[in-house]
Amino acid sequence: MTRQFSRLLLAGCTALFITPLSHAQGDPDAGAQLVNQGDGSGAPCMACHGPDGGGNAVAGFPRLAGLDAGYLAKQIQDYNSGRRVSPVMQPNVDNFSEQQAQDIAAYYASLPVPASTAASSASESQLAMGKKLAEEGDWDNSIPPCSTCHGPGNRGVGDAFPALAGQHPSYIKQQLEAWQNGQRKNDPNQLMTAVAERLSSEQVEAVAAYLGTLSTQPAKAQ
Amino acid sequence: MNYKEITALFTGLLISNAALSAEPAVPVNLPEFKEGQYVHQAPSVQDLENNDSIHPELKKVILKGRDMFMNTQQFRGEYVFNDMNCKSCHMGEGRRNWSGPVWPAATTLPDFRGKNQHVNSLEERIAGCFSFSMNGTPPAYGSDDMLAMVAYHRWLATGAPVYEKNIGGRGFSHLGREKPALDYDKGKAVYTENCAICHGDSGQGQHKDGEVVFPPLWGDNSYNWGAGMTRVFTAASFIKNNMPLGKPGSLTDDEAWQVANYINSQERPQDPRYTGDVKETREKYLNFHKHTNYGTVVNGKLLGDHDNTGSKPFLKPDALKPRTFD
Repeated sequence: MTRQFSRLLLAGCTALFITPLSHAQGDPDAGAQLVNQGDGSGAPCMACHGPDGGGNAVAGFPRLAGLDAGYLAKQIQDYNSGRRVSPVMQPNVDNFSEQQAQDIAAYYASLPVPASTAASSASESQLAMGKKLAEEGDWDNSIPPCSTCHGPGNRGVGDAFPALAGQHPSYIKQQLEAWQNGQRKNDPNQLMTAVAERLSSEQVEAVAAYLGTLSTQPAKAQ
Repeated sequence: MNYKEITALFTGLLISNAALSAEPAVPVNLPEFKEGQYVHQAPSVQDLENNDSIHPELKKVILKGRDMFMNTQQFRGEYVFNDMNCKSCHMGEGRRNWSGPVWPAATTLPDFRGKNQHVNSLEERIAGCFSFSMNGTPPAYGSDDMLAMVAYHRWLATGAPVYEKNIGGRGFSHLGREKPALDYDKGKAVYTENCAICHGDSGQGQHKDGEVVFPPLWGDNSYNWGAGMTRVFTAASFIKNNMPLGKPGSLTDDEAWQVANYINSQERPQDPRYTGDVKETREKYLNFHKHTNYGTVVNGKLLGDHDNTGSKPFLKPDALKPRTFD
């Protein structure tokens, strides 16, 4: 056995022992292929979420580009475990392996956020109500502001609190309703369920519209 | 997926919709008010805007005070030397019952306070928060900033009877001061399960784009050893009625006590009243520290036995002064 070969063997063994211990890392290139071509079963992601990951406002398909990879991978797993129910998503992700879910998530997380073209059709008073909910909450009804958890500008915090800024209002509304009626219950410690179920339908409309108008990037330092 | 499957799914959705109208999945469980208590409805910003009897200049000052209260981090390095905002502990803009509503300070002071053994003004009470909970130093007495804070407090108290002491929803408290048997590991388990997702595994909190999102619960950027929240009963009551966020009353009383004890068994910046000796300081302020773990040994370590003042470059703010009328 040559020295080089034994070194390779050693490296291989080390990798074998180390890999299962570390958290699965997504490969964005492998993810790109799955997103654009699918895996032979179901539609490829891009068919609904768009070639740039921008989603579809009219249909209520969310933008995925630029979202946190950990958050995205968890959603795929949760569709498969039934903690998040979607008759559209579940059959499309049901045969992805854990690794493929990580790859897809890594790819979408790496994409730049496409420029939004649609102006909000919401009224001024609706946007004002949404802004108040997002930034100050409605404490008299035990509703904390969205930004308390989703962070400054609701641009998201870590893998548990996704970015809401610039997301399609149609999707945010649909999800708040999913929390309300129990189709979605994949929140850690029921943190989102608690808040969502206290929102009136008027508040759901308003906050979804407002969050959709927010920039996905922090304002430039002055 | 075929047509039948889709129909079945939608039927399922309709059923879960019908089940929804019954009980909330996460009820808000807050203590009842006791008979004879005064229960206050503090005004909202909208009330302020709609109130023509308040001079526009006063409105401006009240709103400035409110802005200081909500975003106290704008004074980082000036008045505040940790990651706290007033609203971190006084939730709901300082208006919410059982979340340390701040308006009672405006109707019950001046009064004698056990903590510093003299009669305190509203300004001195606010100064206490800056000195301990914010690990900082208050705006100068009589300054524009202090006036704005005072104006915000007093306006929130609009309509409340002066010197009424039987107030429903005051403070955080309903768990009482009698500690149950406390166990560090039990508290740690409650923390890991319910708190770590926001406040982090080591209580470090979370930041985003340079801003504090979830405040640290211990360490250099949290409240110091003189803050009311270091008293285990205060933290337990706060947690019981306010945490996890959006789920007041969801922890059992025992879970709230255990996790409050766990959080307050960690290191934090020195008590500004430190004499140079932690045991001596504990003894000197025992009426306060008998409720804290400061100066006691937890897991083989004497808590508070250090000179660390966090990111604050001094120990004691000048505003903390005794007062006598002898």
